[in-house]
Amino acid sequence: MGAGHAHRLYRHGHSPVHALPPHTKLAATFAFVVVVVSTPREAMWAFGLYAVLLGVVAYHARVPAGFVLKRLLIEVPFVAFAVLMPFVAEGARVDVLGLSLSVNGLWGAWNVLAKGTLGVAASVLLASTTELRELLLGLQRLKLPPLLVQIASFMIRYGDVITDEMRRMRIARESRGFEARGVKHWGVLAKSAGALFIRSYERGERVHLAMVSRGYAGSMPVIDEVTASRAQWSYALALPVAALVVCLLGWTL
Amino acid sequence: MDPVSTAAASVEVSGLAFAYPDGHQALFGVDFRIERGERVALLGPNGAGKTTLVLHLNGILTGGAGTVTVAGLPVGKRHMPEIRRRVGIVFQDPDDQLFMPTVREDVAFGPAAAGVKGAELEARVDRALAQVGMGEFKDRPPHHLSFGQRRRVAVATVLAMEPEILVLDEPSSNLDPASRRELADILRSLDVTVLMVTHDLPYALELCPRSLILSEGVIAADGRTAELLSEDALMRAHRLELPFGFDPRSVTADTSRP
Repeated sequence: MGAGHAHRLYRHGHSPVHALPPHTKLAATFAFVVVVVSTPREAMWAFGLYAVLLGVVAYHARVPAGFVLKRLLIEVPFVAFAVLMPFVAEGARVDVLGLSLSVNGLWGAWNVLAKGTLGVAASVLLASTTELRELLLGLQRLKLPPLLVQIASFMIRYGDVITDEMRRMRIARESRGFEARGVKHWGVLAKSAGALFIRSYERGERVHLAMVSRGYAGSMPVIDEVTASRAQWSYALALPVAALVVCLLGWTL
Repeated sequence: MDPVSTAAASVEVSGLAFAYPDGHQALFGVDFRIERGERVALLGPNGAGKTTLVLHLNGILTGGAGTVTVAGLPVGKRHMPEIRRRVGIVFQDPDDQLFMPTVREDVAFGPAAAGVKGAELEARVDRALAQVGMGEFKDRPPHHLSFGQRRRVAVATVLAMEPEILVLDEPSSNLDPASRRELADILRSLDVTVLMVTHDLPYALELCPRSLILSEGVIAADGRTAELLSEDALMRAHRLELPFGFDPRSVTADTSRP
């Protein structure tokens, strides 16, 4: 894949992790998250080990820690929820710095925080080492329903076109002296949104016409065959397998 | 290829009539024939039924009276994939035509849908992009190209299917004069039958030795472009107007060139 279409989540590079076929990375990330989620929350050390595993992956992918941490900020709303839990949960209480907190709530908060953070970090690593386009190919390869993959790929292709249409409508509104001030003007904005929907819908019809004209009959032709060798699979799956070992230790110890 | 197609005309339309489900009748018996290798302009005012006619050529619209044959094949359910391959339609808005994430995948879409793959698919893509001079934009996403470039890629997406006839809907719309000229050069260099739907009369004169005038659902005139454009009464009758100061009689462009 050449230049262009670099999403801002993607970090261009030529590391061994970047070079892995997309579907192996998708499968590895998914398996890793499943393993993390099924780890007992009391095994705190296990989560530390998971973080170390991700650190090793980031090191191999040459993704700097700052880059990952900055993108972890997306998690903030969930963190806020987790922070609330010790205050609102029922059950035995414990006093910390003069605050009465629920023991169950504390464990719950820790559970959400640790598993959430690890999951988001794994996704960030996936997104920063795999181009959007490749992700779609990977999903296709993993036999996700083709309709879903097609919808996702049209979203990428037409996101900009529709944003541009929206911008033109805004300019047209403002050129005629319209400014959205207060509730009174919401009606106009709602009508613009409706018009945008109709326009996008009609564009969809025209695109479909163009597709049918070129022989589309319900399924996307396979243009790029992505394949992975056994070595690539085992390289990608090293992460979830290592995590599984940690998880099993967490259950037995 | 089958032996009929070499003898038959590229497109033959006879007695074609069509009404939309809402009762609006768009075509009232259209007849014409386009020989292999011809470049023909389809002129006509807005609402004359040009788009309806074009959508009949590759069987998107069917069910009216009359027949359409493409290279000897009747347009109908039985030959639909083959018809779609042979009739390449370039739509007016390249953003509708280019729906894949990269130029390469978009050009590959048609032939891949027809079952071409691997090295041959790659060769088709390269050849089609070379024909429109867009070879180095292969891995770019279509929306990062200029409008003129997108129009050229749209032509390539159709050329990659190696069509019998290239149908262009308003090919010169929204193009600046340089892109317009570049597209004309490309169209002239191609060795396919071309049917060009347009309002741009000078462009029709420049590229197409022959023109059809479609008006109120029938072919109102069929003849040499230069002669049709010079007939003031005919032009006025069908709401066709030449740009200010343009006199087709004064143009010495060699419209006879194949």
